[in-house]
Amino acid sequence: MVASAVAGFGRTTLGLVGEMGRMMVFLISTVAWMVRPPFRFLQVLKQIHFIGVKSLFVIVLTGAFTGMVLGLQGYYSLRKFGAEGWLGSAVALSIIRELGPVLSALMVTGRAGSAMTAEIGIMRITEQIDALDTMAVNPMQYLIAPKVLASVLIMPMLCSIFDLIGIYGGYLVGVELLGVSSGAYTSSMESSVEWKDVYGGFLKAISFGVIVSWVCTYKGYNTTMSAEGLGTATTEAVVLSSVLILIWDYFVTSVLM
Amino acid sequence: MKTPLGQEFAATKAAGAASTPVIRLRGVEKKVTTVIGKSGGGKSVLLKHMIGLLKPDRGQVLVDEVDITRLGSHELNEVRKKFAMLFQSAALFDSLNVFENVAFPLREKTKMKEAEIERKVLEMLEAVGLTGMGHKFPAELSGGMRKRAGLARALVMGPEIILFDEPTTGLDPLLARTINDLIVETQRKFGFTAVMVSHEIPEIFGISDYVAMLLDGVIVEMAPSEEFQRTRHPAVREFIAVGPRPEVVTSGESRRPGTHA
Repeated sequence: MVASAVAGFGRTTLGLVGEMGRMMVFLISTVAWMVRPPFRFLQVLKQIHFIGVKSLFVIVLTGAFTGMVLGLQGYYSLRKFGAEGWLGSAVALSIIRELGPVLSALMVTGRAGSAMTAEIGIMRITEQIDALDTMAVNPMQYLIAPKVLASVLIMPMLCSIFDLIGIYGGYLVGVELLGVSSGAYTSSMESSVEWKDVYGGFLKAISFGVIVSWVCTYKGYNTTMSAEGLGTATTEAVVLSSVLILIWDYFVTSVLM
Repeated sequence: MKTPLGQEFAATKAAGAASTPVIRLRGVEKKVTTVIGKSGGGKSVLLKHMIGLLKPDRGQVLVDEVDITRLGSHELNEVRKKFAMLFQSAALFDSLNVFENVAFPLREKTKMKEAEIERKVLEMLEAVGLTGMGHKFPAELSGGMRKRAGLARALVMGPEIILFDEPTTGLDPLLARTINDLIVETQRKFGFTAVMVSHEIPEIFGISDYVAMLLDGVIVEMAPSEEFQRTRHPAVREFIAVGPRPEVVTSGESRRPGTHA
């Protein structure tokens, strides 16, 4: 009874460590293929369009509503201390430091990450990845590296759009709806947001770009050969990258403090 | 088209058999060789070992006396230039149309000019009976057309060896025959070595020069097609005697190359 429980625990742990190792090797080989010619600009551009441009709508939408709700909540809290004037600072700091990078990464995971897993998984199941191999075209270089590179390039941009729209959403609610002075909103923001806040947010966005593309391509690339397996892989990809984003976020924040 | 090479394959571990079975195909240059065997018996695994998609746990895969299991990815890619493979599902790239699919190896692996690529691709599409279909995407094609497009892509680099993974699975008998005939026709025209895995008995006897039977990871019988049908090996006899007696297709009339699948 005890022995089998221990054995089961050991097996799970070993499996987990093995999986982590394989994921790490996958990431390293992706980076290795990224810096090796031929460089696939067209593929990277296509991925930037897919991950970035096509996520714009959802980023704008979530950014606007996040900013607006922060405006409401911030106003509610700050009014208790008679500090409504600091609403701009509260909204801007929360969004730039935290919510912008995290929420935009979660949105990209849901929209583009799951699609990446499904696309690569289907290519695996229908032997398209094997076909690339037989044509002496490395699938890591042709398929995976452009996705990871595009994610890393595009995430800070999506994040900055989220930030901008979010801050404006807070402004709309705080200033236009609840009557905070427009000057107080902007000047409090100006006096409290520093370059290191913006820089930290971008750093987070870049690292989230790595996490999303890495986890989602890995899960698709290593899917089992069935429709059910692909479904599981997609779910796992979204769950794992979301969880990793939040965990990684904590550590990056604690280091950047 | 190319000089005979004396390719020899020796692959071990077909389908993970416990012993160390050795499979050898020799003296089959520029011929059509078909490996038959049970479904799930390791035929596709055998093909994937030949082209280095899978690595055996032990043993060797010899291509022109080079053991490809010991090669690094760069050298392996050099060896792979001799090969092409037509996959069971044709494995066309969904995101590219037929023309771009066929042009893909040329664009990736040669420095050909665009005009030259276009000429070559159109020639290949004509050879497989897909003239005028270049703009279609794989999702718009029937199973037979997809196989044709896959064959065109396999042919385009002028490989010495083409591996066919169950080329007619999932097609109706008439279409299966058309595709088989197309394979033989292009093999005669371009002179490559064809290694095919299939379980389409008796159809394959008519199109193959050699037939080999894979049983439990070992080639238990290999002979010229006609001789193979008279085998005394009990397991092979049992396998090929299932269903109606083989009716060998040899007449030229039954071949209808160029018809659209």
